[in-house]
Amino acid sequence: MRKRHTTKDRLITVALHIALVAGLFFAAFPIYWMLSSSFKSNTEIFALPPTILPKAFTLEAYAAILGDPVKLRFFFNSYFVAFAVTVLTVLIALLAAYGFSRFNFRGKGSLNTLIISTQTIPPITLLIPFFGLVVSYRIFDTYTALILTYLVFTLPYAILLMTGYLNTLPRDLDEAVAVDGGTSWTALWRVIVPISLPGIVATSVYTFLLCWNEFLFALTLTKSASMRTVPIGIQLLMGQHAFEWNQMMAMSVLGSLPLLLIYLIAQRFFLAGMTAGSVK
Amino acid sequence: MTRQKRSRHRLKRTVAPYLYLSPSLVIIGLLMLLPMVTVISYSFQNSAVLRRDSSFAGLKHYQAIFADPVFWASLWHTLYFTCISVIFHMTIGMIFALMLNSDRINPTLRNILRVLYILPWLFTAVIIAVIWRLLLEPNGVVNSILMQLGIIGSKIEWFSSPETALHAVTFANIWAGYPLFMVSLLAGLQGIPKDFYEAADIDGAKAYQKLIFITIPQLMPIIISISLLDFIWTMQVFPLIWITTGGGPIYSTEVLSTYTYKLAFSSYNLSQAAASAVVILLISLGLTLFYIRYQKAR
Repeated sequence: MRKRHTTKDRLITVALHIALVAGLFFAAFPIYWMLSSSFKSNTEIFALPPTILPKAFTLEAYAAILGDPVKLRFFFNSYFVAFAVTVLTVLIALLAAYGFSRFNFRGKGSLNTLIISTQTIPPITLLIPFFGLVVSYRIFDTYTALILTYLVFTLPYAILLMTGYLNTLPRDLDEAVAVDGGTSWTALWRVIVPISLPGIVATSVYTFLLCWNEFLFALTLTKSASMRTVPIGIQLLMGQHAFEWNQMMAMSVLGSLPLLLIYLIAQRFFLAGMTAGSVK
Repeated sequence: MTRQKRSRHRLKRTVAPYLYLSPSLVIIGLLMLLPMVTVISYSFQNSAVLRRDSSFAGLKHYQAIFADPVFWASLWHTLYFTCISVIFHMTIGMIFALMLNSDRINPTLRNILRVLYILPWLFTAVIIAVIWRLLLEPNGVVNSILMQLGIIGSKIEWFSSPETALHAVTFANIWAGYPLFMVSLLAGLQGIPKDFYEAADIDGAKAYQKLIFITIPQLMPIIISISLLDFIWTMQVFPLIWITTGGGPIYSTEVLSTYTYKLAFSSYNLSQAAASAVVILLISLGLTLFYIRYQKAR
């Protein structure tokens, strides 16, 4: 059948490749522009006609960011909060997922529904009572405030993701431990955790990304420059010197590195995490 | 096993799951369910948190919101922003997924393009906002390309003129959000059995007929559940709009979340903001119930 349609067939193939290039331009040009602008001087960014490749390649924007202790502190804060939340979330979610995956108990169905529905609670709704709580417990502008609030948003996803993973593991493994007289606690740490590493990695990646990207709570629950995270830092940079576009782009590139690296190194885990919310 | 031992074992099996779940339930209860009760109670107080006056205010704050034309404008902008975003996320995601799934392109190219097409997904909303501000600057690259092509005659202030601002932020959000659909649909496409298409070939079906009668019906469950989630999440948009336009100019891009945020942290009227937050919560809950029903029916 193919042979009779060779010209038509070839035309379709060519059209498809043209569409692919157009799609590529749509998807990647904005990012390319960010990258190339970060290596330009401020005057060159708005040169007419625009220069696609930096004419005078310069690292001055990166030097300005990396030489400024205030901005380095933003990065430290983002990494610190994201790591702390990831460790806590994965531990707590692992226990809950083990309960969901290996036991039948009263209220299991409704608890599961509760956790699924907490995924969709609007952050802005929780922001106002959180602000009230944070002020009255005097933890405004502290790491504690950020870590506790992020934990609430990461936990439901992490539980669903881990439960999904544990459900794929055969039950005979931990039942064998029970036959030998071991408790479920022993089974969890001796048998389940070692073979759950892929699930744990996917959950960690996803949790880390959620924290790294968070904006609204970091904006509201912190105040001093020494407590701000990268997304807020970028916004501050924009307010302070609205025309330092090359620095803003350099900071954006640096702020995107963790996600890009995780994606390139662990694409599989990344995708598993990012689509977790939708697969139930 | 002796009888005593066995019953102790059984007791352990009944208590154990609750113990494993308890840390999560304590956190969700204290930091999610309790705050929801708190926000509702704030919305009925005269003045919550700052200048604390917790006397009962009745429906005062709700009436104030419903009488505020900016609230209704925000609601309309949120709906416009969300509906257009979801429709385009789905369409672009579908087109890209079908293109990448075609056997007309070579596998290496396919893998490279797949990575590049996912790119917008890897960037934080704040960074996406900053990138689009640079691209759409009056002296920026988009204006200069459009002018060179003769599509526009003079520089357009995309984010700072009331006629274009809402479209511009919606466009930026479309760009940022299609990969979720693309990735999910691509996975869905690979799950459709090949013999469906072979059977259609034997019957002499055309390409578009295969698309309408096999591919789309097979992908329907994914399309519906991702659309619902995308709708719920897009409705909650904050950073993208906050950084690009801040809700302006003259409220032209004000959405429910920026409206609420300003009530709380610019006007310091936390009770009225709480009322607005409760309205957003109710809309979200309605959609969530719909989503959960759909997931259960599946």
